[in-house]
Amino acid sequence: MNRKMVFRIFGRIAALEGLLLLFPAVVSLIYGEFRAMWSFIAVAAGAALAGFLLMRFIKPNNSLIYAKEGFATVAVVWIGMSVIGALPFVISGEIPDFVDALFETVSGFTTTGASLLRDVESLGKGMLFWRSFTHWLGGMGVLVFIMAIANNISDRTIHIMRAEMPGPVVGKLVPKVKDTAKILYLIYIALTVLEMIFLLIGGMTPFESAVHSFGTAGTGGFGIKADSIGGYSPYIQWVITVFMLLFGINFNLYYLILIRRFRAAFSGKELWVYFGIYAAATAIIAANIYPIYSSVGETLRQAAFTTASIVTTTGYSISDFNIWPQLSRGVIFILLFFGGCAGSTAGGLKISRIMLLFKLIRREFRKLLRPRSVSSVNVDSKPVEEETLSSVSNYFALYILTIGITFLLICFEPFGIESNLSAAISCVNNVGPGFGIVGPMGGYADYSAFSKIVLTFAMLLGRLEIYPMIIAVAPATWMSKRA
Amino acid sequence: MKIIVAGCGKIGSSILETLVKEGHDVVAIDRKNDLIGEISNIYDVMTVCGSAADCETLAEAGVDKAELFVAVTDSDEVNMLACFFARRMGAKHTIARIRNPEYNDKNLVFMKQNLDISFTINPELFAAQELYRLLKLPAAVNVETFSGRNLEMVEMVLKDGSPLDGISLMDLRRKYKAKFLVSAVSRGGEVYIPDGSFVLESGDRIGITAAPNEVQKLLKMLGIVQRQARRVMILGASTTAFYLAEMLIDSGTAVTIIEKDAERCRKFSQELPDGALIIHGDGARQELLLEEGLGSADAFVSLTGMDEENILVSYFAELQKVPKVISKINRGELSYMAEKLGLDSIISPKKIISDVLVRYARALQNSLGSNVESLYRLMDGNVEALEFNVRSDFKGIKIPLKDLKLKSNLLIAGITRGRKALIPSGEDSILPGDKVVVIVSGRRLFDLDDILA
Repeated sequence: MNRKMVFRIFGRIAALEGLLLLFPAVVSLIYGEFRAMWSFIAVAAGAALAGFLLMRFIKPNNSLIYAKEGFATVAVVWIGMSVIGALPFVISGEIPDFVDALFETVSGFTTTGASLLRDVESLGKGMLFWRSFTHWLGGMGVLVFIMAIANNISDRTIHIMRAEMPGPVVGKLVPKVKDTAKILYLIYIALTVLEMIFLLIGGMTPFESAVHSFGTAGTGGFGIKADSIGGYSPYIQWVITVFMLLFGINFNLYYLILIRRFRAAFSGKELWVYFGIYAAATAIIAANIYPIYSSVGETLRQAAFTTASIVTTTGYSISDFNIWPQLSRGVIFILLFFGGCAGSTAGGLKISRIMLLFKLIRREFRKLLRPRSVSSVNVDSKPVEEETLSSVSNYFALYILTIGITFLLICFEPFGIESNLSAAISCVNNVGPGFGIVGPMGGYADYSAFSKIVLTFAMLLGRLEIYPMIIAVAPATWMSKRA
Repeated sequence: MKIIVAGCGKIGSSILETLVKEGHDVVAIDRKNDLIGEISNIYDVMTVCGSAADCETLAEAGVDKAELFVAVTDSDEVNMLACFFARRMGAKHTIARIRNPEYNDKNLVFMKQNLDISFTINPELFAAQELYRLLKLPAAVNVETFSGRNLEMVEMVLKDGSPLDGISLMDLRRKYKAKFLVSAVSRGGEVYIPDGSFVLESGDRIGITAAPNEVQKLLKMLGIVQRQARRVMILGASTTAFYLAEMLIDSGTAVTIIEKDAERCRKFSQELPDGALIIHGDGARQELLLEEGLGSADAFVSLTGMDEENILVSYFAELQKVPKVISKINRGELSYMAEKLGLDSIISPKKIISDVLVRYARALQNSLGSNVESLYRLMDGNVEALEFNVRSDFKGIKIPLKDLKLKSNLLIAGITRGRKALIPSGEDSILPGDKVVVIVSGRRLFDLDDILA
């Protein structure tokens, strides 16, 4: 285990976060929130100094990174940067309790969007900006960001990229990791700016459009109003619906479009399954809630927005789906698990994994009926390796187990199964809202500190796809009895 | 520059490694899924799993945008076909590994023309040529020639009690009036580009640039026994052994080849001209080696497919006081261990091929300026010796060398003008049409202009 390399990379991230904390400081300055501004600057300086010291004094003997180091780096970096990111909330006194601040920050970085603020509108503009900015950073990943801008971290940064990017198989767009990271971030920035422009046209202030674009881009879902997006015009709600869906698509597709390989871009099955699921769920919910809204346009908007928000694990809302009929709530509950396409910023299981699981089930049945039959599982008419298949089914088991344990650990709370179970599922899938008290109009404020810590950990597990966090907390990883 | 490498075997992955280090965008193709997975973990390259001669695979690898396509799968025919397809699909240059001796005769020109292959590589032939040069000059551990054979770069290890021990380079030049230049020294893992005040020590590995006849003169003056190998024993009837034996027999050397496999022995005896003695037996048996005359051989060359076997048998030969022992070792980490055992003449086909590719790629990157004619990496890859073609737009033209401001750790070691080799002094200058040999460490050069500070 190359521990020095892990902490050296963390040093880079801390310094980078120090730099990025200056953005909310500027926002605070613009809105005259001086206490918030100084707390941002203080934390920025502290983080930059700590990062600099780590880089200065930790000199790895070699820069070799293997899979183990990749996992450990990602876990250490995510925990460390969440702790740093929580400090401005505490120091400025806007979220005085550290556990609360950490929950809020992790919810931001993991693009969950679960909030425990009772009154979000009382928060300062700088804090609101930072909260949403963490969505944007966490969506594509900070380590991917550092890979795009820094030179020669190591020859084998692919291990870090693989551990940070969600999805069953992480490939490269171009030969070099650095260039791949750069392309991904450029697409990400371009789409975010595009959304900001559309929102500005819709009459949002620059601040609002930035915050909501960050929330959509990272598929996070932190709003700045008590009713999330509900108070904005239908145009803005439609714009956000479309962009939530766009950010749930595999980013490889945008690259393929950019290099004009349209057939390759649109031939993947996952994209169409994603849209199919989305359309079907929207249709069912629309038919089901039509009696409540009684106008076709309104019904369609409600259904389209809510479905997009849940399937991409964003978690914005325009109305309280807790009061919708049972069928709609059932569909939403199932959608909590799905997540967008692999290679997007969405959380959840990912459509491609679900497709593989169904194909595995079909093969299993065939095998039961014809025990001697041999068949491979194909995706886009290419056989999938057995190793990938077994890793997908193992991941699914671990994923269910994670949800189960999280649920059990927060069962001490007196909020009933509906709230607790949906809170666990929502946090592990990085969605945000659930049912009952954690519904779109509620929040996580009433949970005890212990449950908040459990849910904080659950969000990190979900964002990093479970393995890195478990590897990082396992003592065996750090105690090198073996070479 | 975008480069596609098809085939990720021993040679292929070593090519990948060097090209990635050179900073190219590399795509690797191989048929084996697990190998491809391994490659993507180790090197910063994009990987495509599929056959090199499959158009779809080539399209997926983006062959239409590739500047260079290198086919080094283990089948000559697949390499030819892959290069042909790649060229037709838009690759600018193609390189194929073609190693079957049947293709490497008059066929080769016809084939290259008709398949539009820019360059063919034959690791076994290249290795045999290098071996041949080493056997001609047994005092050296490595010999590289520059174009036209007018200049050579000779690497030697200074043994204990060498007359060069404790002598400074300035005194060395004064004492021996031969035209040569000590252009690189490796000592204890460190590499130096020495100046006149540099003092040599025994144990140094030094690189000397000189014309071939001057090298002979120098060695004679130094009193280093310098007898061309007349009796050579080769272990392992590999393709390299075949090429080497052919060259040696042509120059009147007695060759003994030892091979375990009866079928290969028969094949060699049919195809090699008379004069080769082919022994069927296990060369790892010391008794057999002694019986076949290891004790009286001038040189022993170990060319089996197993690095470990080559090292052990070479070590045995070294103990039998065979004057020149050369072993073929492909894995870098093993050649380091072999050097620890005192085996300093090592050849690695893998390294030879990567050198060729680095040169080719650099020349492509700079096809307009004073480009690279040849390139060798010496002293375990820490030093590069490059030969440039000088064009008239070179910025340092006609300026005496003593007035040229050069970058650090860099040396102009030789100039070839027409058919004459020149070891430059401060008064000489570079003219258009010259070929200039530059020795450099810790820097990559693409153009002759890059040497100027």
